[in-house]
Amino acid sequence: MLEEKQLEKRAGNLIFRNVWDYDPAPEKPDHVRLKEKYDLFINGEFTPPEEGRYFESVNPANEQKLAEVAEATKPDIDKAVEAARNAYNRTWGKLSGRERGKYIYRIARMLQERAREFAILESMDGGKPIRESRDADIPLVAAYFFYYAGWADKLQYATPGMQPRPYGVAGQIIPWNFPMLMAAWKIAPALATGNTVVLKSAETTPITAYKLAEIIQDSGLPPGTVNIVSGAGETGVEIVNHPDIDKVAFTGSTEVGKLIQKSLAGTRKGYTLELGGKAANIVFEDAAIDQAVEGIVNGIFFNQGHVCCAGSRLLVQEGVADMVYHKLKDRIETLVVGDPLDKNTDIGAINSKAQLERINKFIEKGLEEGGEMHQSSANVPSNGYWCKPTLFRNVSQSHSIVQSEIFGPVLAIQTFRTPKEAVEKANNTPYGLSGGIWTDKGSKIFQVGQHIRAGVVWANTFNKFDPTSPFGGYKESGIGREGGLHGLLPYLKLN
Amino acid sequence: MAEETTLLPRPDFTRTVPIDKVGVEERVDRLNKRSIKTESKFWALKLALNMVDLTTLEGMDTPGKVRQMCYKAMHPHPDPDIPAVAAVCVYPNLVRVARETVGDSGVNVASVATGFPSGMYTLESRLEDTRYAVEEGADEIDMVISRWAFLKGEYNRVFDEIAAVKEACGEAHLKVILETGELETYENVRKASDIAMYAGADFIKTSTGKVKPAATQPVTLVMLEAIRDFYYATGKKIGMKPAGGIRDSKTALRYLILVNETLGGDWLNPHLFRFGASSLANDLLMQIIKQQTGNYQSADYFTID
Repeated sequence: MLEEKQLEKRAGNLIFRNVWDYDPAPEKPDHVRLKEKYDLFINGEFTPPEEGRYFESVNPANEQKLAEVAEATKPDIDKAVEAARNAYNRTWGKLSGRERGKYIYRIARMLQERAREFAILESMDGGKPIRESRDADIPLVAAYFFYYAGWADKLQYATPGMQPRPYGVAGQIIPWNFPMLMAAWKIAPALATGNTVVLKSAETTPITAYKLAEIIQDSGLPPGTVNIVSGAGETGVEIVNHPDIDKVAFTGSTEVGKLIQKSLAGTRKGYTLELGGKAANIVFEDAAIDQAVEGIVNGIFFNQGHVCCAGSRLLVQEGVADMVYHKLKDRIETLVVGDPLDKNTDIGAINSKAQLERINKFIEKGLEEGGEMHQSSANVPSNGYWCKPTLFRNVSQSHSIVQSEIFGPVLAIQTFRTPKEAVEKANNTPYGLSGGIWTDKGSKIFQVGQHIRAGVVWANTFNKFDPTSPFGGYKESGIGREGGLHGLLPYLKLN
Repeated sequence: MAEETTLLPRPDFTRTVPIDKVGVEERVDRLNKRSIKTESKFWALKLALNMVDLTTLEGMDTPGKVRQMCYKAMHPHPDPDIPAVAAVCVYPNLVRVARETVGDSGVNVASVATGFPSGMYTLESRLEDTRYAVEEGADEIDMVISRWAFLKGEYNRVFDEIAAVKEACGEAHLKVILETGELETYENVRKASDIAMYAGADFIKTSTGKVKPAATQPVTLVMLEAIRDFYYATGKKIGMKPAGGIRDSKTALRYLILVNETLGGDWLNPHLFRFGASSLANDLLMQIIKQQTGNYQSADYFTID
């Protein structure tokens, strides 16, 4: 394979978008029904918060307010947990698996019917490109509900020889990167197993969870079975520490996950934590290079890099490193950065101002520590929060850009010589959520894959999700699994 | 940059460049979701028309039929803003007719040669076929490779034949038809593309149109990526021509998107990209008029030749 000097001398990089740039093709949001104010969804009703406080949810692509959203405090959480407890004791908890399944199927169907509206709102509230919310997020949301609906009356087959029983009331806290999908990952298995739910959405992306509440209300689910609240960290603390919560499910940062684990230590509560990651994408020289480049791009730039399992570290075998880098530079030039509602957008808005500041701080640090940065030449809008696709070279395991979870479109590139070195570097992190291997040789996939200490290892692909597949972390990336048969177990007591 | 090309060692064609089928098809699916609107669509439709090699390759082709097609090629529509197509493509015995008809209008004459479509003839007769077409006035030669030799693993024979045809072409441009429908795998398509480019092809072309499947988007992407790697290695720009089965504007635009996002703007012109098609031109015209007027016209408003 050619080296960088030869590549530069012979041809240099290609030129994109100089001749044919696509005109805007925005998805129209006019049929989306958006309320001015969203109240808490408790006991089947939209209920104003006890302390009367509301906060704004803004569209990160233009910094405009979308709606006001209720902030839940302790009295609201008390009410929500009480509603969930009552539903567990009197209605939902008494239903047969078959009956539960019917409700969950109904929710799945209603979500599919309104998929377009949900996709548009998910993009408006979170900044993700409509291509992803339309083709990935919302179809997966329906798929998870369909999948777990199927389990509702078959639980005894999931746990042969044992009598599975629900935990009771589950307190669930979800992040802002996949608001609807994380809600589905939490709610669907909880309902299938007969638990009731108090779910808190993330502070910057609360709106679609309330749209889901509308569907839940319309589905006729017994009041109190699913309660949805919104607020920041303090609201989450009230849920985690509530004495009548039986199980906590959290997806978010490792930092907060550790606090939750501390506060739950010594209690009877069960918990699952799905935390941060710093996944390595390992590209061997015998890989299909063009498809590997595509996988690297999908691995780090999907959802602006706001993905806990993002392939944020690239480990590439030395012989092909220059070629892969050259191709990556050309490929990121074709990524369209901008209006999330435009059907051609590949990279949308950074979710919030705070997150953009955090990403920029890491980029500065990367430069200070001596990394070589390359960004695409994309033009970004003047309003809103944006970060161009960013590549970092000349960095090592000791650089913060390699160690820390940035949660943005920033890829750190390193090289390796042998499979052993690749595995050592891949595992040399406190995280262990995911990993990727790119090689044309089947046996190498298994040989290397079994040594990667991560919950998910993708081979010749990246960021693929399926309801039947368990997902979760090693080490500081979390405890417990969501998805698949494994995802039922954290919601069941077995004896 | 170009001088260095000759110093490049010829790659070992027995080595296979890995191509991941699932990945190629996913990439095509993703690019098919691009949404082309308003001005950028209008521009691309006109460009696509300007890239068509208007083709007739039938045993029933007559001088009259070829002349009619040439008139259409030079003057596809009464509107003077609508461009002519790039070339007409005919069998060698009709090259002279085509040459005389298109004259110096700017529309090129392309001829299939080398025992099209199977290529199952002696190299001597295939070279003679080529020289004849060039002498009759062809600007471009569309040759077929010996698929039998390729599939038997005689890559050097395929290489040498292409190099010999290139020599026989003289000044004429050489398009090398891989007949990807017979090569079956993407890795074969990639290998045949490499052999053709290193042997001197100016264009690589998917199909004869006589074998199914003819051009497909994933095959075209694999070939575009081969062209890209060849460019990275040599600085030389090779053209691409998907042929067969591209009948409507929507599909044509999808091919242009593949080019735009794989090779970039430099390839978006008839010198480096062509469509081999017979019925595509009329659909492009219909869509161009729709963009101009806002309405679809009846098919009766478009000439049938």
